[in-house]
Amino acid sequence: MITLTPSISFDWGGHATDVGLSNLSNNFLYASAVVLVLAMMSFAADLATYPGRMARAEQREAEAAEKSAAVSAGSSSGGTAVLERTAEGTGAIPEKRQWAGIGMSLSWLGFLLVAACVVLRSASVGRPPLGNMYEFAIVGAFFVMGAFLGWSLRRDVRSLGIFVVGPTVLTEMLAGLVFYTDASQLLPSLKNYWLSIHVTVAILSVAFFTIAFSTTILYFVQKWREDIKDTKYKFMDAVPGSEVMDRTTYGLLIIAFPLWTFTVIAGAIWAQKAWGNYWGWDPKEVWSLVIWVVYAAYLHARATAGWGGKKAAYIALAGFGCVLFNFCVVNIFIVGMHSYSGM
Amino acid sequence: MTQTKSTDSGTKSGSGGRKPRVLAPKLGVLGTLRWLWRQLTSMRTALFLLLILAVAAVPGSIFPQRSIDAGRVTTYLDEHQTIGPWLDKLSMFDVYGAPWFAAIYILLLISLVGCVLPRCVVHAKALRSPLPRVPKRLSRLPASSERTVDASTGDLVEAARETLRRKGYRVRVDDAVDGEQAVTAEGGRLRETGNLLFHLCLLILVLAVAADHLMGWRGDVIVPEGNDTFVSAVGSYNTLDLGPWVNTDDIKPWTLKVNKLDVTFEKNVPKDSPQFGQPRDFIASVTTGSAPGSKTTTRRLAVNDAVKLDGTSVYLLGNGYAPVITVKDPKGKVLYHQATPFLPQDNAYRSVGAVKVPAASPKELGFFGFFLPTATFDDKMGPISTYAGLDNPALVLGAYRGDLFPDGTPQSVYTLNTKKMTQVKDGKSPWRAVVKPGQTVKLPDGTTISMDKKIPRWAGLSARYDPGKGTALGSALLGLAGLIMSMTLRRRRIFFKVRAAGRGEEDDKDFDTNETGPAGGRSLITAGALAKGEDPRLQVALDALLDGIETRLGNTPTSQAGSAR
Ligand code: HEM
Repeated sequence: MITLTPSISFDWGGHATDVGLSNLSNNFLYASAVVLVLAMMSFAADLATYPGRMARAEQREAEAAEKSAAVSAGSSSGGTAVLERTAEGTGAIPEKRQWAGIGMSLSWLGFLLVAACVVLRSASVGRPPLGNMYEFAIVGAFFVMGAFLGWSLRRDVRSLGIFVVGPTVLTEMLAGLVFYTDASQLLPSLKNYWLSIHVTVAILSVAFFTIAFSTTILYFVQKWREDIKDTKYKFMDAVPGSEVMDRTTYGLLIIAFPLWTFTVIAGAIWAQKAWGNYWGWDPKEVWSLVIWVVYAAYLHARATAGWGGKKAAYIALAGFGCVLFNFCVVNIFIVGMHSYSGM
Repeated sequence: MTQTKSTDSGTKSGSGGRKPRVLAPKLGVLGTLRWLWRQLTSMRTALFLLLILAVAAVPGSIFPQRSIDAGRVTTYLDEHQTIGPWLDKLSMFDVYGAPWFAAIYILLLISLVGCVLPRCVVHAKALRSPLPRVPKRLSRLPASSERTVDASTGDLVEAARETLRRKGYRVRVDDAVDGEQAVTAEGGRLRETGNLLFHLCLLILVLAVAADHLMGWRGDVIVPEGNDTFVSAVGSYNTLDLGPWVNTDDIKPWTLKVNKLDVTFEKNVPKDSPQFGQPRDFIASVTTGSAPGSKTTTRRLAVNDAVKLDGTSVYLLGNGYAPVITVKDPKGKVLYHQATPFLPQDNAYRSVGAVKVPAASPKELGFFGFFLPTATFDDKMGPISTYAGLDNPALVLGAYRGDLFPDGTPQSVYTLNTKKMTQVKDGKSPWRAVVKPGQTVKLPDGTTISMDKKIPRWAGLSARYDPGKGTALGSALLGLAGLIMSMTLRRRRIFFKVRAAGRGEEDDKDFDTNETGPAGGRSLITAGALAKGEDPRLQVALDALLDGIETRLGNTPTSQAGSAR
């Protein structure tokens, strides 16, 4: 029997850690968390003002309809089409959503701050910041915000803002307060370019899993509201209905799933190089497989008659539960060869 | 896809009776088998099996596993006397080799074969089947649109055909009927191809992993620095795991000698940081040959940088210290002189080991204790090491006399079996010695033990032969490609009808074209699209196609988006 004290040759430069830079990096993390809390509050304000905004829009619409009815009285056949278009038109140019705009601006700022935090951390240790849980968490926050903001350039996702920024703030706080690890060099077995590939893609897919988790929760909320014909929480009308949330979740997960598949493959390649064994049923490997299988089950459920909707959504929730377990519990409490939490 | 809806069709065949008598469906043996097969290969079963597999894999990450660390299993069983044996009966310490675990994945594989092979046949037929005819009313399709374009019908049809071709669609242009020309196209057939590829690769991957388990082997050995040459053979490894189908003649007699092993530990952080003393670098220089006495080469061996010898890969997995220990009898005759590996227990390399001296007389002699690279004495924990480097090396030993190998059974080189031995005493209390490099310490009877000044390291090597790993990697990557294909491609049918603008027969009442353009210069294109499964971007894709056609004709896209959704 051999104790595993794996060690590596791949040298990223015998770089001593720079304490000044790493402290600066920490300050950027705190700044980002504060800014994102403000962003969350702005998004909340935007949701809160939604019912009033809708009421005013309806009023305007009614006025416009009156007018256009008068106009279209003459032309017979095209009437309905014109009317529809006008109604749509007023709906499409509602009053400016100031709070949502502020929320988006703050989100960009928070994103840039966490980006600076990641870059400075990386500079302070002279390697990619992928060596321990603290670093996974800050890179994860960076990716979640990046994916969300990238998405926002193509679609109007402002009303989802709070549900994405919320988990990000939580991650940043956990990173700063619970997972924090001093900047330092890597365990030798982590000094390999496969680390960058494997861990970067892993964090990226976790970012997608996280956003998909938010949309799944929103799916349940909206479904529940539709089922009881809710009128109390009108501000939630700002968020698209359950069907859209269901489709959005699927859309996010078909991005996350191949990324996770690649993560597992890259992990196996790395394990083969570092430990001589591409699959050793190490707890982390087991949980990565479990996550993969659960999300595969989700995709199957979506294609199985009678398993769409809520049942599939429950599987997606279970999948994210496994993701969380893999990150929080397996890293810290379970003995294995992936004990790199730095804690 | 035939499997999705077929689950209950077999059972209802006998329900036509007049009386309320419950008719058990007469299926017969063959029928029952067919019914079972259909159940097993249904999508629902696959879904359940996947979920069960996920749940079944979990205990293996919670309980210690024999295949990974047998020592922890023994400890666990000692600590949990009541529940331990029960868990053991349920294979909780061998989850991934357990019959019930195998049952799940074998059922899943059978289900996979039963599902995928028929789908391959169906898909192969579908790939060759002709494209369907254009539906009458395109505006009733899930996505539709129409535009008037400044081009002759001929040019427009040609542009449509080219645009679709470029996007990978299979295209058919029908002859004009009543001045109206129809274009049918189908795209995304590779989606199903990708999906089937993914499932097939999954199957191959599992077979490749199985091949590694059956035909592969793994041998671990500890080789001290600068010592004799290691020769690979069945008997020369410390532990050897052979797959059931391995022919021991396949273990080739390559040789390997560890010339030097360089290990660096972290010292540039505060002493109380958990990072202090962590290994940072680990590089060996080795001399290898393909057989004893053959030509040798010297090369580098490091983790992530294995050495390949005759099809076997040799990995550097562990390291530790092997102090050279000498034991002499009271007259000065050398009884024992060799590099003795000690096994590290923690990050500071507090290492345990044993010195077995069968040559001692009248009774055999054994020493047991610690090697500490940076020795300190802690009030509570006794002798400990505070740093993995050799800052203050010391051996801390006790001694036993008696029968070293009481049952003649193999035993660990790092521990003494003291069943038939008695502890050596110094007066009333047990004899204990601290030996520093270059020092010699006497036992009460005059026997001496000493440690050389130079303390070599040992390298923990693992030789592995995995015949399936290339196939496993290949199928995994190919499967990933198939997966991406099946996730990104959409199965779509696109239909166009083209006719000269203003000369229509008004069979499409939704649209009225009153304008009459310059004859031959304007055409009307009516478009519709149909998707298999869910496709939220169908309309967007159709509009993009129309934009593409207009651009191809040199016009600016009109983008007057479609009506029915
Ligand atoms: C061994 C474990 C299996 C895994 C990991 C797996 C994984 C997957 C994945 C990731 C997809 C893609 C879903 C999508 O395109 O949305 C898929 C689709 C599919 N799988 Fe499996 N599968 C497995 C076994 C099976 C079995 C046993 C069957 C047969 C019953 C099956 C039948 C299908 C079908 C019909 C689809 C197509 C669904 C669609 O077109 O949306 N799979 N599978």
